[in-house]
Amino acid sequence: MDAVWGSVTRLYGEVGASQAGLSLIDFDVERGVAVVKVSLASLNMVRACLAAVTCASGRETVLRVLSVSGTLKALFSNVR
Amino acid sequence: MKRIFADLHLRVTFRDQQLTQRLISKAARLGYSQVAIPLSPKSSPDELTKLRKTCQDLGVDFVSRVDFYPKSEADLTRFLRKFRRLFEVVCVLCDNKEVARQAAKDRRVDLLNFSSLDHRKRFFDRAEAELACGCLAALEIDIKPLLILEGPPRVRLLMSLRREASVAREFGIPLIISSGVSEERLMRSPKDEASLAYLFGLDESAALESVSEAPFEIVKRNREKLSSRFVAPGITVVKEGKRL
Repeated sequence: MDAVWGSVTRLYGEVGASQAGLSLIDFDVERGVAVVKVSLASLNMVRACLAAVTCASGRETVLRVLSVSGTLKALFSNVR
Repeated sequence: MKRIFADLHLRVTFRDQQLTQRLISKAARLGYSQVAIPLSPKSSPDELTKLRKTCQDLGVDFVSRVDFYPKSEADLTRFLRKFRRLFEVVCVLCDNKEVARQAAKDRRVDLLNFSSLDHRKRFFDRAEAELACGCLAALEIDIKPLLILEGPPRVRLLMSLRREASVAREFGIPLIISSGVSEERLMRSPKDEASLAYLFGLDESAALESVSEAPFEIVKRNREKLSSRFVAPGITVVKEGKRL
């Protein structure tokens, strides 16, 4: 999550990051799948920041958006 | 209708066959159906056949592309005369104003690429756009610099890209978003590339069009022109009659 926060802060600054409403809902370590909550108004901004991540915890990383949904139920059914 | 995506700028080094295969296979996995690989004008037909075969095996449509860095107007014209009909996509990397203006008004040029990070060397302004809108050239934007730069250089690049994208939209010039990468770790899915375009002011539909319809349109148009049945725009040979 630090990598995501870092990317949002680098690209949009602290004010932009505060408006994104970012929070981690779930993280499956085995599959490397995270569920992140974000405000609808900042969705495009956060998608751009996720695509811009190249490194997390000192390791080369690529983040991909698997699905976007308004409810957790629909999201989990899309991802599984 | 399901969108199909294209990456018109996948930089592959021919020396490393395994890496080439890995890059093309990753492009296929990420959801690209068409991939253009820049070739040297002097590349052998063997190399071309090998690449075409690799792409075919991995289920990706291969597009031959040539990148050219002309030093002058005359250099560009000479190059186009010699190589235009050998490649499906011709991209001109504009390093000076004279070349940029000539490339914009030449109908044989498909893509204008301003790769310099120095904003004084990016010549895509209103005058350039006016010339390009009367012709067929599209503006190509590579995503790679956005991923590798940080801090002030990235801010300056985003400023230039925002200005260029807005001028292109104003004059109706197609925007092509390509990866421009030669490493696996920098490859992004088409939708992620499109979302990076949000950083320089493209909305979702315009960004998705830049990785799907716009590049496909260029390739389709050129394939038609290069086909033996092409006579002139809008005229093709449907059936040949008997010779008397």
